[in-house]
Amino acid sequence: MIEEKKFVTQYRFAFIDEATKREIRRKLLKAIAIPGYQVPYSSPEMPIARGWGTGGLHVTLAIIGPKDIFKIIDQGSDASVNACNLRNFVQTMTGVETTLDTNKATIIQTRHRITEEVLNEDQIFVYQVPQPEPLRSVERYENKTRQMHGEADYAKMWVSLYEQFVRHGDIMLGAGYPVKVNGRYIMAPSPIPRWDIPNLNNSKAIHLFGAGREKRLYAVPPYTKVEPLEFEDVKFHIEDFKGIPCFRTGYKKAFLDELYYDDGSKHYVINDSNFLDKLVNKELPQQHENSYLNKLGNEA
Amino acid sequence: MKHNSENWLLKVEGLTKIYGNPTQTSIDKTGPLFDSNICPDSGSIVACAQIDFELYPGEVLGIVGESGSGKSTIVKMLYFDMEASGGQVSFNRDPYIGKNILNLSNQSKRAIRNHLMGMVYQNPRDGLNFRFTSGGNIAEKLIMAGNFNVGTIRDKSKQLLEKTEVPVPRLDDLPAHFSGGMQQRVQISKAIANHPPLLFLDEVTTGLDVSVQAKVLDLIRELQQELGVAMVVVSHDLSVIRMLTDRTLVMKNGRIVEKGLTDQILQDPQHPYTQLLVSSIL
Repeated sequence: MIEEKKFVTQYRFAFIDEATKREIRRKLLKAIAIPGYQVPYSSPEMPIARGWGTGGLHVTLAIIGPKDIFKIIDQGSDASVNACNLRNFVQTMTGVETTLDTNKATIIQTRHRITEEVLNEDQIFVYQVPQPEPLRSVERYENKTRQMHGEADYAKMWVSLYEQFVRHGDIMLGAGYPVKVNGRYIMAPSPIPRWDIPNLNNSKAIHLFGAGREKRLYAVPPYTKVEPLEFEDVKFHIEDFKGIPCFRTGYKKAFLDELYYDDGSKHYVINDSNFLDKLVNKELPQQHENSYLNKLGNEA
Repeated sequence: MKHNSENWLLKVEGLTKIYGNPTQTSIDKTGPLFDSNICPDSGSIVACAQIDFELYPGEVLGIVGESGSGKSTIVKMLYFDMEASGGQVSFNRDPYIGKNILNLSNQSKRAIRNHLMGMVYQNPRDGLNFRFTSGGNIAEKLIMAGNFNVGTIRDKSKQLLEKTEVPVPRLDDLPAHFSGGMQQRVQISKAIANHPPLLFLDEVTTGLDVSVQAKVLDLIRELQQELGVAMVVVSHDLSVIRMLTDRTLVMKNGRIVEKGLTDQILQDPQHPYTQLLVSSIL
């Protein structure tokens, strides 16, 4: 009898208990108040393992309301395993409407990409972050990195960029390129490709980052300056697809995936699945505007 | 350079470092008189105490003493590697005039380290990051001083390596692949990268063989004359002190037991410990 009572109990809305949600919201407010600063938080237990998107899930579940429309992507795709499972989980726990349409969603959770389609002021973008500490590659001690952030002592980070340039002729960070937020904190933009970095700058949406395993939250508020680190003579640049068009749409101005078919042939296709679908359906989605994209010619 | 009592560059008063929980009398009950720097009451260790000296622009000051006498502790505190237990250090440069630089914020301390001081450690591993190339190590100093142009950084690094007689093609090699003497030269390049008015040299030649020692000492002397930089040279080796320094402090058990012109101290040592030191030169 006791057992039945124990297990029949309903989960509460959005799984996490209200006190913990409030704690996460408080930490998010602090993160927004200090752009780029990593705020420690509780990182409560979830039914998935830490490091599998718990940070993003914490943020989503703490801020989601019954009227929200939820979209989740993994590496640009709405259909990957991680995205599907987390979408099912959020939907089951909240009953909110889910969507694949970037434009329609109010909360978009992501792993490793920003959508190609431009974000608006009513949207919140939530990142699942594996490593929130941009300085980890140059300093392994947490107390040291916190001190370095506190004193804006970023010389080591710069030297590591210099070293990469000297050894390889370019700054070899494909994903997670360090950025300076609001002229102060250096931030790991989660492992989004360089392609997406300029889209963080002056974005209309709120960007919230959750690292569940490392128990850190941070944020980029709307209309905030986000600059990739670059030297005066060695500039940041986005991925170069050498003018190769998407093989399904012929579009040239989007981040591409490389596909190998069984016959060994190689195809390039737009990585953002919703953006691709819209282009295929001739819906003409509106893209982010940035100087790097503007330099690319596009005859779609 | 002409010295008068007012144009000093660095003035140290009552600099003290004590480990443990000292009592009121810890300082009185330690020192050369007791031949110990361990306080008999509290067991705290007085690494150095009541250190007073002035350093003038372009002057080379030697600190000599046996190991454990507190000489390295002094430069480590002055370079902010180590926190002082007490004392007053003044730096006669804007905007630090009239301030005790030991009490400044970490940012100001770093600014002083980057712009006004350089340090060459006994062990190159302390002064260089062995995961970075030699150019990268020099770049670190230049970047800290606000230089964000790779071309300029590389030109300056090349000039510095040339000046310290490191083959310039090795700019992009790791210091781990260098000989000890070359590592020391890279450290020196890094230390002088921003033309600081003050340089600390902590046992720079101790790990090197005799011929390399002579070359590194030559280099230091040349740089000193060329750049007119003031130096604090710490060594247990009197021949290094004789070769490089104008004035010398002799330390024992954490105290200065004798100070004066280097020649004078070597010719006519007054304190029994100094006499012992001078007579033990091979």
